[in-house]
Amino acid sequence: MSEYIVDAIKMGILETIEMTFFSALISYILGLPLGVVLYATSKGRLLENKPVNLVLGTIVNILRSLPFLILLVLLIPFTRLVTGSSIGTVASIVPLTVGTIPIVARMVESSLCEVSPGIIEAATAMGASPLYTILHFILPEATPSLLLGGAINVATVLGYSAMAGVIGGGGLGAIALQYGYYRYQKEVLWTTVTLLVIMVMLIQEAGELIAKKKRKI
Amino acid sequence: MSNVFELEHVSKTYVNEGKEFEALKDVNLSVKEGEIFGIIGMSGAGKSTLVRTLNRLEKVNEGSVKFYDRDLADLKPSELRNVRHSISMIFQSFNLVNQRSVIDNVMQPLRIAKVPRKERNKIALEMLKVVGLEEKKNAFPARLSGGQRQRVAIARALASDPKVLLCDEATSALDPKITAEILDLLKEINKDRKLTIVIITHEMAVVEKICDRVAIIDDGRLEEVGEVKEVFRNPKSKAARKLVFPSNPYDPSKPESRLIRIVFDGLAASEPFIASLVEKTGKKVNILSANTKSVGGIGYGQMVLELPESGEDQKIIIDFFKEGGLSVSEVTRE
Repeated sequence: MSEYIVDAIKMGILETIEMTFFSALISYILGLPLGVVLYATSKGRLLENKPVNLVLGTIVNILRSLPFLILLVLLIPFTRLVTGSSIGTVASIVPLTVGTIPIVARMVESSLCEVSPGIIEAATAMGASPLYTILHFILPEATPSLLLGGAINVATVLGYSAMAGVIGGGGLGAIALQYGYYRYQKEVLWTTVTLLVIMVMLIQEAGELIAKKKRKI
Repeated sequence: MSNVFELEHVSKTYVNEGKEFEALKDVNLSVKEGEIFGIIGMSGAGKSTLVRTLNRLEKVNEGSVKFYDRDLADLKPSELRNVRHSISMIFQSFNLVNQRSVIDNVMQPLRIAKVPRKERNKIALEMLKVVGLEEKKNAFPARLSGGQRQRVAIARALASDPKVLLCDEATSALDPKITAEILDLLKEINKDRKLTIVIITHEMAVVEKICDRVAIIDDGRLEEVGEVKEVFRNPKSKAARKLVFPSNPYDPSKPESRLIRIVFDGLAASEPFIASLVEKTGKKVNILSANTKSVGGIGYGQMVLELPESGEDQKIIIDFFKEGGLSVSEVTRE
């Protein structure tokens, strides 16, 4: 591999980390509350509310059922509106975030559903309000599960970030596509793929380790 | 003495997949201040629903549930939450937050009641001392045994200085020795803190050990309410007899034999009355089941006896027991 390619790969690693980190961060900032609302408003839960649950649930389902590649293209006007450009690393963060929020929300919802109804009943019997019960009983109890879900989500974002290369996003995915695929440079393709695999594994391992440390059972 | 709870014509119906299920049918009941009140019934009898109407975890369809003369149905959500600080509850599965330490769990109700942080810590430590677990304050629930977890739950329940403690099958997941320890602790708390306790259970042994009064519930209906001693001595309803009578007596030698149950109290328990019976009347009985236990501090016992065939002999035997101050009742087989 030429020095030029090696530099590009180094740059790609940094760009991939940047895209993954910011997309995951923003999608959690927005997806976590969304997941909590989906959970709390569903049938038989603390703040059961059919209309709210139906509307949010439908939006989430639609976004989740769109193939990410299609979402990338569909969101180009919106991306341009937000970042002023539709190509590059920063621009990729927009569709990545939009695509990940619904996944995060559903993952959070399912983690919260695992919390034993007995704990919620105990909180209610103590005179805790629904909001207090969510903040101080349900979320702490679901923390290990949320962290494991977090690792899976970050790895998913990483995978999606590689796809962003197709529409001019940066990162390892773009390099794999441009040099490895379009120019038949097999060694570049395999190098970038290997790097992506290693990064996913590191994220998964780190997530499991943190979850294990946090878990008190 | 005023009533802590007053239930009038309480009915509760669940609708599940279009089918109606009547969990409670016209229940009338009062719980007095300072007593330990037992509610006993088989699984599915409605006792868990009944106890949950007391803190309005379950709404009632008909009738009223009053806590110190206030109908819980009239309270606004925020008022109800305040009232719940006075009605603590412990559960069969403990329901502690596993990801929080013991002391954090115990401080939780104080935090809800907006007690300042410093005071929370002080009260929580005090409560852990009451249940004998102050050295475990930084442990996590998963590291504790079932009995210890229930103690933490009791400390948590006491922290908000409640007027009444509801126990929903609180000892059902524990072995007999630990059950006895937890019941002793509840009795002690009842005495020391003048705390009214309502206990839900399916075990007569629990009621006999600590309750003052007992309500027997069967198929959503309240069958019998009374002093534990009285219900034990002379159960009136079928449901009560089923719970009070020994559950597994030996089979009689002849299936058609007449069976009686005799109950003796502290006074008669020390007398060898079966031996006296044989000595004085020459009649023999077959003992199918016998046990003695302490009910409210007094020794109680019961026996199920198979009587001889002759009606005359039966009368002599029953008269002998009655003269000796024992209560005699017929045992009917199903």
